Amino acid sequence: MGNPVKIIKNGIIDENPTFSQVIGMCPTLAVTSSAINGIGMGLSTAAVLICSNLFISLLRKVIPDKVRIPCFIVVIATFVTIIQFLLQAYLPSLNASLGLYIPLIVVNCLILARAEAFASKNSPIDSIFDGIGMGLGFTVALGFLGLVREFIGAGTLFNVTVLPDAFPKTLLFVMAPGAFFTLGCLMALLNYFKNKKKA
Amino acid sequence: MNLILLVLAGIFVNNYVLSQFLGICPFLGVSKKVETATGMGVAVIFVITIACAAAYMVYNFILVPLNITYLYNIAFILVIAALVQFVEMFLKKSSPSLYQALGVFLPLITTNCAVLGVAVVNMQKGYNFIEAILNGIGGAAGFALAIILFAGIRERIEFNDTPKAFDGFPLALVTAGIMSIAFLGFQGLIKI
Repeated sequence: MGNPVKIIKNGIIDENPTFSQVIGMCPTLAVTSSAINGIGMGLSTAAVLICSNLFISLLRKVIPDKVRIPCFIVVIATFVTIIQFLLQAYLPSLNASLGLYIPLIVVNCLILARAEAFASKNSPIDSIFDGIGMGLGFTVALGFLGLVREFIGAGTLFNVTVLPDAFPKTLLFVMAPGAFFTLGCLMALLNYFKNKKKA
Repeated sequence: MNLILLVLAGIFVNNYVLSQFLGICPFLGVSKKVETATGMGVAVIFVITIACAAAYMVYNFILVPLNITYLYNIAFILVIAALVQFVEMFLKKSSPSLYQALGVFLPLITTNCAVLGVAVVNMQKGYNFIEAILNGIGGAAGFALAIILFAGIRERIEFNDTPKAFDGFPLALVTAGIMSIAFLGFQGLIKI
């Protein structure tokens, strides 16, 4: 059995799903127009990931190898439907702003990738911790992206105005192109520091 | 007339990749060469068109009569996964040359969120059968257009002298951002 702290740290820093594995890009780019949306999406995905990791790990000896992918997808889709109901009932405003991207958690490659690479080979406890780590890593990345875009594009942080009205706002950053630019520049920045560390 | 507008809107205005962020994984993953990008684009048009029809029928003839529409997500993804598998087997038997050309891209399409995305949008907007299929064709053609253009640009900038930190994904993302601005120009052209 692995060390839980190590597995969680691995998910958040060493193998951060967004910045080092570059998977699950669609929601990363689509819903990070504000910090709250980003974190909401991150936590919803994390919840699905933890549950699906646990169940796939419990079922890993029962599922035949040949049909494992459809089985994984059904497990994931079930939890996505549950999360969608919970959001509709308790956080209707978040549900409305995430919209289409909630049902699309099913095809987030992050979840299927963890099911295939980790949960189908490790014990349930380890898989839960892997889900927590990867889920938090995803949430941190989305929250940070949302924070940057919201600050540049609308001059607010968590819907609280921080920049004076006179300060010019770059609306482009809360629109589609801003998502590509922000993520591209953040990744370049991380590369820069990594290269510097090596040299 | 409206039907033509629906297709055009899918290609230019509501481009699935550049304005709605669906199908980003294959967009970034298989866009290094124009040839492979074209293969992916064609495969996606093919699968999305059939998937829209299949999802429409499953929703209206199975889920609605049984009053279990809340299971649409599970139903659609199963339909798409089965469909991709079926298309793969069918092509292998009937048209080996097309099968060869599409190659590895067919199975990858199951996890292309544009396919599920279009199916869900069709359902949410309550499109009829014809509208659903045309919306699918338009969206898929938009995806193909974006990925082929993107691959063309990437082929050109590959050997340019760019800052080292921008190598790989960051450069691709910035390129996609500039393309996305270009497509913003179509916004407001057609209102649906």
